[in-house]
Amino acid sequence: MTAFTAPIAADLKVALFATCFNDTMWPETPKAVVRLLERLGCRVEFPSAQTCCGQMMTNTGYAGEAVPLVRHFVDVFEEYDAVVAPSGSCVGSVRDQHPMIAHLAGDPGLASEVEGVRPKVYELSEFLVDVLGVTDVGAYFPHRVTYHPTCHSLRMLRVGDRPLQLLRAVEGIDLVELPGAEECCGFGGTFAMKNSDVSVAMGTDKAAHVVETDAEVLVAGDNSCLAHIGGILGRQRTGIRTMHLAEILASTKEHPTW
Amino acid sequence: MVTQPVQQTSPTFVGMPKFPVAAREALANTQQRANLHNATHTIRAKRAAVVGEVEDWEALRVAGAAAKDEALHHLGDYLEQLEESLTARGATVHWARDAAEANRIVVDIARAKEVDEVVKVKSMATQEIELNEALEAAGIHAWETDLAELIVQLFGDRPSHILVPAIHRNRTEIRDVFLREMGEFGRPAPADLTDDPARLAEAARLHLREKFLRAKVAVSGANFAIADTGTLVVVESEGNGRMCLTLPETLISVVGIEKVLPTWDDLSPMLQLLPRSSTGERMNPYTTMWSGVHDGDGPQEVHVILLDNGRSRVLADSVGRQALRCIRCSACLNVCPVYERTGGHAYGSVYPGPIGAVLNPQLRGTASEVDQSLPYASSLCGACFDACPVRINIPELLVELRGTVAEQGGHRAESAAMKAAAWVLSDPRRLAVAQKGATTAGRLIGKRTIRKVPGLGAWTDARDMPTPPKETFRQWWARERGDATTTHGAADPGGRAGGIPTTNDGTDAGGER
Repeated sequence: MTAFTAPIAADLKVALFATCFNDTMWPETPKAVVRLLERLGCRVEFPSAQTCCGQMMTNTGYAGEAVPLVRHFVDVFEEYDAVVAPSGSCVGSVRDQHPMIAHLAGDPGLASEVEGVRPKVYELSEFLVDVLGVTDVGAYFPHRVTYHPTCHSLRMLRVGDRPLQLLRAVEGIDLVELPGAEECCGFGGTFAMKNSDVSVAMGTDKAAHVVETDAEVLVAGDNSCLAHIGGILGRQRTGIRTMHLAEILASTKEHPTW
Repeated sequence: MVTQPVQQTSPTFVGMPKFPVAAREALANTQQRANLHNATHTIRAKRAAVVGEVEDWEALRVAGAAAKDEALHHLGDYLEQLEESLTARGATVHWARDAAEANRIVVDIARAKEVDEVVKVKSMATQEIELNEALEAAGIHAWETDLAELIVQLFGDRPSHILVPAIHRNRTEIRDVFLREMGEFGRPAPADLTDDPARLAEAARLHLREKFLRAKVAVSGANFAIADTGTLVVVESEGNGRMCLTLPETLISVVGIEKVLPTWDDLSPMLQLLPRSSTGERMNPYTTMWSGVHDGDGPQEVHVILLDNGRSRVLADSVGRQALRCIRCSACLNVCPVYERTGGHAYGSVYPGPIGAVLNPQLRGTASEVDQSLPYASSLCGACFDACPVRINIPELLVELRGTVAEQGGHRAESAAMKAAAWVLSDPRRLAVAQKGATTAGRLIGKRTIRKVPGLGAWTDARDMPTPPKETFRQWWARERGDATTTHGAADPGGRAGGIPTTNDGTDAGGER
């Protein structure tokens, strides 16, 4: 295995925020984050008391229900130097919505705790590029891949081309541009159920663009969006696989993820 | 948040179905889908090009938002100043609490002038109050003179876009309606009319010209109302507006109270932001500004109706009030992936798209089915916020309004589900228990694809379901790392050898999407 150690890595107390969806439905993604970050020299902890950022309640109109989750989140993560999550959407919720929820709770103490924790919470590509300062993470993935920038990583977090910088450095990859990449896939949390017709119409167009690229793999930074696009790609029997960015970056010749 | 219906409802939009129902029907309209796709993608590209060439677009947005916020934070003061400036320049100012009051004022003025017709400049405020219908009921014809509004009027249709209200129609449909309907209302279209845009424009020009030259009264809105100079501003592309604003003897302008700007200088960012955001042009072809009455030049009687119609209620909401910054450019519609597919009619209002999804429930309240559904008519993708020239955080507003709708009750099952989910998710032990359901299902299903789940048809009708894994991440962590919460990494490079299984090592076949 190539030593792609980031000099700063060992000094940081890093927590993995797996996110409840990944923990429950896509455990390969947080496993890949652990493998990747350890390869880069990080000491990673998984505080097992962690649960959920509360985004689903907040975005469905039940922000009050998210208050205990926000309180729990800061309790679990405040002792760490950095909190890394393989989800643009959940990090977006922590960064953009937790202050609003603390305000809603009328709890200045919680609000100040939120202010203390949220700058330390990073989406995976942000942590790799901005904190560890690496773009070549020593990955090997010899497949034709196209990347979908999810809305919350693109427009809430402004991760920009960080995921693409990381993917371009992957050995063996054939990275192709996705037409109309910045358009929403139509997942949108409960939108996918409440407005399923529009959601599917948007997802069908996204899937068509993915098919156009002739890629074997669609990669993104959010498994929720991938479940939606992948669900349509699967129903259409396109044979295109969906993978989280972490799983491609964790892949090596010795331990290929696919 | 606003919960009471405060705006007058009208025959046109009463009984609109909720958004998902109207959207389903709209999605099946293949002609409209094609028209909207072409139109929104063309205008997106134009907008991106002219916004991209501005050196500091963000600074302009900030300046535009600041000017509107200054006006809104001291709205009472600036409105009184506007009234003073306008009155000093010979205009008559009227105040209208709601649509009914505003319509009554316009009808009374038209009746006093003994006219049976008025010409109209394209105006969202008069559409919002359904002035044409009120005039019609009083026996007064209201002729729309904007080309697209004329098309909508000839069809007996409703506008589906703020800026391009006939965006759902194509050239052939327009030729057909010109041939069929123009003769009913004035000069007919030439019998050999084709769908060539120049021929269509010529037919409209000739049809409208006799109305411009004949009308004694014109009705307009205003894009901006400058408090310190008493100047009203209309921004347009076709010149029909200027004809209406300068030819007739009497001019009545219906102006939402949020249109006020403190000073003349505030126009500078606005006139840079608006055309680039709406038509994708550096500058619009016609900008008309007028201040009161000028002897022997232009209208000799000028009325300005300052319209509330729910706006002061919106202003009272600390989050919601940013929607009053809206300058009706429609950039949010053009970039919206939902609007692009459903079109404007599904929103059940003259204000469609993302801004309509936040403005309607605020102006009208959330009593009706359609207004309750509008805050959910978005995937929260954020493209609207990025495009908004006055930085209205539409996703934030949508989330806030969802809270208002949820508080009203009515979604009992959803409310119970959210409470249950929050209870489970606020404690890791409860989460671990709940996850057993998923992993048990994962073991039973194995590698099979899930194509149908009873009760989850909204997902599985068109999408496969992700297959749950046999083991959650936290189970794996506990098994692999035991109680030690820390992994070793650089501190102990040898410590992880063989410690982390890959997907290919056979220890876990779950997690397939």
